[in-house]
Amino acid sequence: MMSSFLFAEGLGVQNWTYILVGITFAIYIGIAIWSRAGSTKEFYVAGGGVSPLANGMATAADWMSAASFISMAGIISFAGYDGAVYLMGWTGGYVLLALLLAPYLRKFGKFTVPDFIGDRYYSKTARLVAVFCALLVSFTYVAGQMRGVGIVFSRFLEVDINTGVIIGMIIVLFYAVLGGMKGITYTQVAQYCVLIFAFMVPAIFISIQMTGNPVPQLGFGSTLADGSGTYLLDKLDGLSTELGFSEYTEGSKTTIDVFAITLALMVGTAGLPHVIVRFFTVKRVKDARKSAGLALLLIVILYTTAPAVSVFARTNLIETVSNQPYDNVPEWFKKWETTGLISFTDKNNDGLIKYVANESENELTVDRDIMVLANPEIAKLPNWVIALVAAGGLAAALSTAAGLLLVISASVSHDLIKKIAKPDISEKGELIAARLSAVGAVCVAGYFGINPPGFVAAVVALAFGLAAASFFPAIILGIFYKKMNKEGAIAGMVVGITAMLLYMIKYKLGWFDDTLPDKSEWWFGISPEGFGTVAMVLNFIVSIVIMKFTPNPPEEVQEIVENIRIPSGAGEAVNH
Amino acid sequence: MTKNKAKAYWKENIRYLIILLSIWFLVSYGAGILFKDELNQFRLGGFKVGFWFAQQGSMYVFVLLIFVYVRLMNKLDKKYGYDE
Repeated sequence: MMSSFLFAEGLGVQNWTYILVGITFAIYIGIAIWSRAGSTKEFYVAGGGVSPLANGMATAADWMSAASFISMAGIISFAGYDGAVYLMGWTGGYVLLALLLAPYLRKFGKFTVPDFIGDRYYSKTARLVAVFCALLVSFTYVAGQMRGVGIVFSRFLEVDINTGVIIGMIIVLFYAVLGGMKGITYTQVAQYCVLIFAFMVPAIFISIQMTGNPVPQLGFGSTLADGSGTYLLDKLDGLSTELGFSEYTEGSKTTIDVFAITLALMVGTAGLPHVIVRFFTVKRVKDARKSAGLALLLIVILYTTAPAVSVFARTNLIETVSNQPYDNVPEWFKKWETTGLISFTDKNNDGLIKYVANESENELTVDRDIMVLANPEIAKLPNWVIALVAAGGLAAALSTAAGLLLVISASVSHDLIKKIAKPDISEKGELIAARLSAVGAVCVAGYFGINPPGFVAAVVALAFGLAAASFFPAIILGIFYKKMNKEGAIAGMVVGITAMLLYMIKYKLGWFDDTLPDKSEWWFGISPEGFGTVAMVLNFIVSIVIMKFTPNPPEEVQEIVENIRIPSGAGEAVNH
Repeated sequence: MTKNKAKAYWKENIRYLIILLSIWFLVSYGAGILFKDELNQFRLGGFKVGFWFAQQGSMYVFVLLIFVYVRLMNKLDKKYGYDE
């Protein structure tokens, strides 16, 4: 359906897309074959000898999903200041991770997050609760990724979304099942390079066009290149208020909600099992700290560029279409109209595009994804740059999906089969089980990608709330509070995740009422996205209160805690 | 003896954490959220300062904080003979 515009001059966007996507996929598959896993240790933690830089790159790719790459800049474009919740929320969590979690979990030296919970709280129940939370968080998240893969494929390779999902499944299956963590780590290193290049090139081009400054981070705080001496942000503030939107740099969410969402995202980031597990793959405790720093540095390159892209794209959009005659709109507008991502209904029949905040008068609807996907075209960049965005989007979606699938397969084969159901399973048997569960996980994820239940999109953002409400307090208390016992931790996790689920079902999905309850009914004015903060606090309180009334943990567990606080002698991740 | 050493090491570690996390809180929740409106009266080029902290500054500080932590801890490990 998009073929009409894909035949531009020269090589054409379509051919460029085939070439770039083809080359990058060949690289991923080549790496997978070269680095296939031969033992469970290689499958779960890449053998434990990954260098801090490689792990930092892999973590960054693992972390930055299709949402970061395609949707985030667009969301910020329409949210203005409020978009900061994602920027700070999804980066600030790494400070918590580096300072409070990664070094100690690395010293502890096991394979999975439920491994830590199960051993630290000397209880199979604790381990089971942790496995349940890990699966819940990972599945909600991965379904969204597979959908993202499908959408990118369909938009750029002209196949339908379902075919796109299936192609994505086969690729991920290939390197996740064959290579395990080892294969995933090195493909993610390649994927980071592809995605950061693909994100930065258009951003730099557009920054030069609009402000004359090649650094987007500085460009969006500079004056316009037209010589008027006006600052870009002032201009956008002016344009926004003129059309009835709130000032771009002010935003419209309440302070308490911005606070709560940011905190939930930060803590959730630090509690996501597919991120935590990456720090089991390095050699020493000091490597874990350093690679957390490198990961954040590499992530921040994209995250500080995104808000600049948002400002460029939003200004460009308003200037190009607002109050223009529909018959004169530029080529890209007509082309993206056929995809349904942008649409115009001439409500007052004057032939002009009226783009205003007032819903009843507004005539233009814009999908937020278009801000990154169509940005190179809006800025009239060369075809190869447009194709690069496709390769970058796929790299972002595939790397995250693979990381999540690995967590799911390790939860099943290691935590459920090896540690609970069948402890006498052989090393070989466990490796086969790990591969089979990876296959199963890909199929389930693919199923949700093809038949997305209506709630998936709504729930993906809440995976962070779930992680914040369950793992974060249990791990922090496990490290920093020697006397925390299993009763407290289990009760805390159960209460935290239940509270989060109930609030989500009531205020996000609206399953308890006939209609979705209004914002005014939110507790303390906190949205479901921010409720992870409240649920986390609840988890902490319940854990500590219950602990006070139940027996201390055994001596040997308290010794484990003392031991993980000392960095030396981490050794390698061991399977016992 | 080793127990006391471990205790002293842990105490210094906690002190670093409190200082670094206070800065972490101040730049993001402080400058970027709670005091945004006050800071927005000032400007940094085309940026209002509160807005800049929320969408740029806090992230740069986050990266710095982790690398400062890495340095401090490497030194501390050496001081206590826990480096390897």
